Amino acid sequence: MADRDGYLAEPYQTATQQREASFLGMWLFLATEIMMFGALFLVIYYYRLQHPAAVSEAVHHLHSILAGFNSALLLSGSLCMSLMVQASRLGNYRRVQQFLLLSAFFGLAFLAVKFFEYGWEYHEGLLPGIGPESPLKDPAARLFMNIYFFATALHAVHLTIAVVIVLGMVGRIHFAHMKLPERAITLEMVGLYWHMVDVIWIFLYPSLYLVGRAA
Amino acid sequence: MSQKNPAADRAPSYLADEHGLRTWLLTTDHKRIAILYLIGVTAFFFLGSLAAALVRIELVTPDGDLLSPDGYNRTFTLHGVVMVWFFLIPSIPAVFGNFLIPIMIGAKDMAFPKLNLFSWYLLVGGGLFTLYSLLAGGVDTGWTFYTPLSTMFSNGHVVAVILGVFIVGFSSILTGLNIIVTIHTLRAPGMTWFRMPLFCWSLYATSVILVLATPVLAITLLLVAAEYLFGIGVFDPSLGGDPLLFQHLFWFYSHPAVYIMILPAMGVMSELITAAAHKRIFGYSFVAYSSLAIAVIGFMVWGHHMFVAGQSMYASMVFSLLSFLVAIPSAIKVYNWTATLYKSNLTIDAHFLYALTFIGLFVIGGITGLFLALLAADVHVHDTYFVVAHFHYIMVGAAVAGFFGALHFWWPKITGRMYSQLWGKIAAVMIFCGFNLTFFPQFLLGYLGMPRRYHSYPEDFQFLHVLSSAGAGVLAVGYIMPFCYLLWSLRYGPLADDDPWDAAGLEWRTSSPPPKHNFLKTPIVDFEAYDYPPEATHGRS
Repeated sequence: MADRDGYLAEPYQTATQQREASFLGMWLFLATEIMMFGALFLVIYYYRLQHPAAVSEAVHHLHSILAGFNSALLLSGSLCMSLMVQASRLGNYRRVQQFLLLSAFFGLAFLAVKFFEYGWEYHEGLLPGIGPESPLKDPAARLFMNIYFFATALHAVHLTIAVVIVLGMVGRIHFAHMKLPERAITLEMVGLYWHMVDVIWIFLYPSLYLVGRAA
Repeated sequence: MSQKNPAADRAPSYLADEHGLRTWLLTTDHKRIAILYLIGVTAFFFLGSLAAALVRIELVTPDGDLLSPDGYNRTFTLHGVVMVWFFLIPSIPAVFGNFLIPIMIGAKDMAFPKLNLFSWYLLVGGGLFTLYSLLAGGVDTGWTFYTPLSTMFSNGHVVAVILGVFIVGFSSILTGLNIIVTIHTLRAPGMTWFRMPLFCWSLYATSVILVLATPVLAITLLLVAAEYLFGIGVFDPSLGGDPLLFQHLFWFYSHPAVYIMILPAMGVMSELITAAAHKRIFGYSFVAYSSLAIAVIGFMVWGHHMFVAGQSMYASMVFSLLSFLVAIPSAIKVYNWTATLYKSNLTIDAHFLYALTFIGLFVIGGITGLFLALLAADVHVHDTYFVVAHFHYIMVGAAVAGFFGALHFWWPKITGRMYSQLWGKIAAVMIFCGFNLTFFPQFLLGYLGMPRRYHSYPEDFQFLHVLSSAGAGVLAVGYIMPFCYLLWSLRYGPLADDDPWDAAGLEWRTSSPPPKHNFLKTPIVDFEAYDYPPEATHGRS
């Protein structure tokens, strides 16, 4: 306990208080992210309702299988993240480092696949403003495609930040000798952020790629 | 706790604890960060006022002779953007919330001190960014960035300003987050929720709005920027996009943002009124819950900005009804403050005059808000000076009066110095008179049909416009006066007691100015909020 008290930051009196504050702060931050993407989901579904036929045309140009594979990559990263949090509570440095690196690997793999997906879409003329002429007849289909780019790009930015944070943690444990399990809470916060990025994708994937495909 | 003792047995105050610019710019002390915020928002306030002055000078004559039409558009946009995002929204929460909340609940600091400092740098960074873009040529969209004007037709630096506002949005979010976590986790032993000063309740409600609404503004502005840069079409009808969607998203943030501006001032009022009356507030829990009610209902009224924008009539009816509902918690507050004053042993200090100013102007602003919530009346006065006058009564009349009231009330605590009461009262009266002279004629102008955002107008309107501009002159003097005597007091003012107003509350039980960690030892709270003696015999004679 004395050891743990050594990690009390300035305004806190007890470890419990500090832990509560960290969790509440993180969940509030996640709430802001949900509100931000929430508005984006509103936009996506509003236009789905406004232009169902055009959206259906656009959806058929998206690479849903590839994105499905990507979802699997991201979920694997999440599994590693959960295992990492578990290991950090036990103070198992080696496992923590391994799972952090694995999570980062899956995150980077997702981004790489996404990069190639954007590349193909560029050659198919689906990007707004640049590349060959768009195969989409209906302007509203192009609108949906543009929203798709906006939403997935914003998600990719979040994932990039998450990967950077995870790699930063690897460095912090390796070079700055972050103490475990005393500082496990920091890793738990990283895990929460990672899962949030993940959950947003779980909703983005069907909202963009799947709904309206059968029509 | 030692009161009115010589300085010998005291810890050094937070001001004297460390010296040098570096210790200020890298501080994590919530009180020093509050001072940094005070300096920041005051600078922005004067900048925004300068733009307002240009607008009022232009409007003295019916012809557009001082500014070009485009220059006029850019000037009022500068005024709006700076005043809304760089002054009003951070003003009370980031300055007084930061300074007072930890002290009021008996904590050493905010929950996340480094984040607190970071959010100040975001404000300054976003502010300088916006400032640069506004000065490099400015934006002509108004502070509302309505599409398709902002995305297709504006020739200003739209993206740069949007980026500045986007950055400062994160400053607001982090401040709100910090306040919520602080109140939840750092209350001193015995400080239950219902023993907290009402200032904390209203800041809590404000923070909920800051955290939940600001991200929607962020994504909306990002969409506008993407539309402007890449033409993604999300608000462009030629691609099937819907410009009205922008208004929905924008007002989903910006109407609650109005409550971000007024709720903290309401919290200040509860402190000022009880301290002047030396009495427990009338109906504590009603006032506390009414703050939360305003925050919650405030999320459901945004459509009243769009009554004439072509939204469904049925939606308008619902939004109208919900807008009326906001009047209920607002009225609860006003009645309870008034009831608190009833038969009290009143001390009339400068800060109390600001409190009265607040109540008077807030009632006028609130009641004219009901006119605007009424569907039929809104069609007549929509986008006229009536609306301009209405929201200035709330945002300048009430919210800025709250800011100045707070500044006068807690100045001795913040700086340890007293200012001249006489000058304080003169300034308060000048602000009240100047304000009404400026904005009351605008109600008449708007009712007569003068639309907002025009730089020239028919000659019939000149008399009222001249009155308004003259009032703005009085108001300007009223605003500059506190700046002078408060600065003067820093050096020449007499030293302040720990509790110069005989007020209750933890902040008055520590020294003026407080030591670095607010209290020498963590206070144990065994008393209720507004712990004034039951019989009103306690006031100063």
